[in-house]
Amino acid sequence: MDSVKVIEIKKSVFASNEEDAARLRKELKDKGVFLLNLMSSPGSGKTTTLIRTIGLLKDKLRMAVMEADIDSDVDALKIKEATGIPSIQLHTGGMCHLDAEMTRQGLDNVPLENLDLVILENVGNLVCPAEFDTGSCKNAMILSVPEGHDKPQKYPLMFSICDVVVINKIDVLPYFDFDLEKCKEYIHMRNPKAQVIPICAKTGEGVEAFANWLLQEVNNWKN
Amino acid sequence: MHELGIVFYIIRDVKEAAREHGVEKVSAVVMNIGEVSTIVPEYLMDCWRWAADKEDLLRGAELRFHILPAVTYCQDCHAEYGTVAHGKKCPHCGSENTYLLRGNEVEIKEIEV
Repeated sequence: MDSVKVIEIKKSVFASNEEDAARLRKELKDKGVFLLNLMSSPGSGKTTTLIRTIGLLKDKLRMAVMEADIDSDVDALKIKEATGIPSIQLHTGGMCHLDAEMTRQGLDNVPLENLDLVILENVGNLVCPAEFDTGSCKNAMILSVPEGHDKPQKYPLMFSICDVVVINKIDVLPYFDFDLEKCKEYIHMRNPKAQVIPICAKTGEGVEAFANWLLQEVNNWKN
Repeated sequence: MHELGIVFYIIRDVKEAAREHGVEKVSAVVMNIGEVSTIVPEYLMDCWRWAADKEDLLRGAELRFHILPAVTYCQDCHAEYGTVAHGKKCPHCGSENTYLLRGNEVEIKEIEV
């Protein structure tokens, strides 16, 4: 081959996903179903927080959970056993995040017509899930006390795309050098509009505030 | 770590462009990658080789990069400065009231056929 032809493309590789995500959001709006994308590091207490939250909202909303992990179905089983609500496991096949297309494939296996709220528990990771719009209506993340209050500085994108930051495991605050006020300051530096909700999923402390936020958002979405 | 997902996106977009232009073989894909896009070019390259060689359209195709410098803007003193050297804090006035102007790009610049 002696002649090379160049075709200019000039397109962000995220553009197609963002279009998919916008389409999915619109469909969810038409169906009156709210999708929450819940993110965090591994081990921050996402599943325990969900079980508590679902317990508080069970009589008010019809819910389902989609658990995304690289492997295993321990989280989906745990949710189903503890709460009795429909819970499915998505495997990302080695991928460190979900995108809008994968989320849509998951939603195809959930009875959307009978639901108000679907919670997507994203892969435990503070980097990649922040890059990919899943089509969710709101983003929430959980930061746990043992991870340290400096995380908003280290993972700025994650904190800047979240509507709510839940700070979990506040029962162990006395044993860690975690400065809650500093943490809030760092979060608001990246994202002045983020709500910060301190909780302890183990004892249930503060979980009601998160559940109330979620209930309010679902009701706003449906109107 | 998300490079594999990005590679799948690149392949999808290149396939679409090839279809539009009636191209059957792509010899190179050229990317614009911002300095603070969180993409590690070496990882992208490894994922690219593995995934691209599975596609007839892209077998053996090269992946090349232009790295674009990251620039941050200070809202207090209105200066622009290099993000990688100084981060969020403006080196001119010390303010943290700053935002990223560019350097976050992950785009396909062009393909060679």
